[in-house]
Amino acid sequence: MGPISVKVKLFASLRTGRFEERDMELAPGTSVRALVHALGIPGQEVTLILVNRRHRDWDHVLAHGETCALFPPVGGG
Amino acid sequence: MSTLRDFLARATREGRISGRELRTTAEHFGFSLRDTEEVALELGIMPERYLRNADSISMEAQLRLLQSTVAVVGCGGLGGYLVEELARLGVGTLVLFDPDVFEEHNLNRQLLSDAATIGTPKIYAATRRIAAVNPAVQVRAHRASFSKSFGRNEIRGAQAAADALDSIPARLELAAACGDLGIPLVHGSIAGWYGQVAVQYPGEKIIETIFSGAQADRGVEARAGNPAFTPAVTASLQAAEICGMLLGRESALRGKMLCIDLERMDFQSVEIG
Repeated sequence: MGPISVKVKLFASLRTGRFEERDMELAPGTSVRALVHALGIPGQEVTLILVNRRHRDWDHVLAHGETCALFPPVGGG
Repeated sequence: MSTLRDFLARATREGRISGRELRTTAEHFGFSLRDTEEVALELGIMPERYLRNADSISMEAQLRLLQSTVAVVGCGGLGGYLVEELARLGVGTLVLFDPDVFEEHNLNRQLLSDAATIGTPKIYAATRRIAAVNPAVQVRAHRASFSKSFGRNEIRGAQAAADALDSIPARLELAAACGDLGIPLVHGSIAGWYGQVAVQYPGEKIIETIFSGAQADRGVEARAGNPAFTPAVTASLQAAEICGMLLGRESALRGKMLCIDLERMDFQSVEIG
């Protein structure tokens, strides 16, 4: 099987030194955890994972055509 | 009461009444300024301080704001602006929480802090500011953190609560309490050039979802800090949401989180399912 294409959207501080939105080619079977690792984002910097607008966990296996949005904990007041 | 109405009617010019006349009337009858304003608005007399709300906030809407209670939980960066804007809007009762005193490192962003208020409890500064800006607003101030053991009774009966906290566990406590008490919650939080706003209606769990993966009490703001404009923008959006909701509008952010990026001037509302 060839690579799958996933739209990755980053928010807030996750954008720094990376990007806002990018179509990425990933190996089939790539989990959110592996994607976050590949992006060089420390795990504790992601607090919310949305795939196609649904709340998902680290083990979600990304499918071709999905949009994965990642958010850091923004907790100041 | 009919005498109070007559008194107000005499002091009224072209359907409006000055703050001075309202104060004189309140003192004469031994009423609070809030209650006197309420009677004036019920009679269709607009206090002059609200004239420039014009078509944006009608007479009936102004009365509804005056009859509302809003809890502002946290009186730091976000809370300072919320207190300022809700008082100017004429929300009749504000319930405040904050355990802290102002410190020098608050001066870069916290509206109610200045060189003279370092060492002053934040809720004292907030109470003074409200009295100076809109003395009709009644304040119930608590020099305490909102927690599992304190705050639920104090916010009971409020029509809305503003999350202006700086700790993720406290936010989750507030969200749970608001859910149990049936109070809509307007969440705001900030980190560096970024902010976010979301609304939790009773029965929803959106705050829990947003912070579901949080592994620490604080977020990325621990490193990023918070410059002056981020709390101003974020708290103003919260104030607009609260105002609309008090006036009976359903939040356009229901089921979504507004993500604010002031570095790129990018505002996106993201659905959270």
